Amino acid sequence: MSQDPARGGAAPAQAPAAPVGPDAQVMVGSADMFVNWARRSSLWYLLFATACCGIELMQTGASRYDLDRFGAVFRASPRQSDLLIVAGTITHKMAERIKRLYDQMPEPKFVLSMGSCANTGGPFYKDSYCVVKGVDLLIPVDVYVPGCPPRPEALIDGIIQLQKIIDKKRNFAKKV
Amino acid sequence: MEPQALFDAVKAKFGEAALELQATGFRPPFVVVAPASIADVAIFLRDDPAMRFDSLMCLSGVDAKERFAVAYHLHSLAHMHQIGLKAFLHRENPSLPSVDAVWPAANFMERETFDLYGIVFTGSKDLRRILLPDDWEGHPLRKDYKYPESYHGVKL
Repeated sequence: MSQDPARGGAAPAQAPAAPVGPDAQVMVGSADMFVNWARRSSLWYLLFATACCGIELMQTGASRYDLDRFGAVFRASPRQSDLLIVAGTITHKMAERIKRLYDQMPEPKFVLSMGSCANTGGPFYKDSYCVVKGVDLLIPVDVYVPGCPPRPEALIDGIIQLQKIIDKKRNFAKKV
Repeated sequence: MEPQALFDAVKAKFGEAALELQATGFRPPFVVVAPASIADVAIFLRDDPAMRFDSLMCLSGVDAKERFAVAYHLHSLAHMHQIGLKAFLHRENPSLPSVDAVWPAANFMERETFDLYGIVFTGSKDLRRILLPDDWEGHPLRKDYKYPESYHGVKL
């Protein structure tokens, strides 16, 4: 381990008194690191699939690709979920349901838009009266995974990108 | 049973209500009947020993621009023969009797036809929209349907 205080090592004995509160960079930096590690290592995603992307999502969660390696397991309740993987076409009839599911998830929550339909409406972008042209019209999206449907490798890459986003979050320190 | 013989049997029983037989270019051949008599013809085709059309395979709406049509694809598991039924409707207030008392499977398909074409099936057990939200305006598979700008604040 490094002796650098910013990396969580022991501070020198005669160090001047560190400032307290939002400016106390040493302590909160370590706390952020710890909390982000915990959050990115247990990305429980909601069991939610509306179209063929859901088949790939199931395959990603199953034994061959084993999303559990990254700490991501599915939960059947939005109350226990950290991540909403929007896997599939969202129609306007589904829109209010997905907004309700998103609202039921506890903070901090993340959204991964999987596949062309959830990204932009995909093949239904033109001349469709019933498909929402991108789930970001309804809820904020953190990661977009392209593909129709994306292969499990692509979805796993999306999860890793989301973990990188979480690693950069500042939870306690003053926002700069 | 041959389509022509079947059409003759329908015509013998219902007279003027059996309008024509569309035999060439249609598979199965279609018997065009007056809309008001559709439920009676359906019961006859289901219960007559020579017909026994016990399966309604498909019920669909058609927008033929100047008029609407409702098409019924019938199949007999007893005799293994098929026939189509068709009824033409005016564009203004299209409606015809429901057949969900004859074939219970008709209910969902009638609801779909009502949802997308606005064709009203009178006497139906439960005629609501089935695919689109309940507060949707208009019937999207009509040729003259105009897309709304947005739905519940989300643009289309």
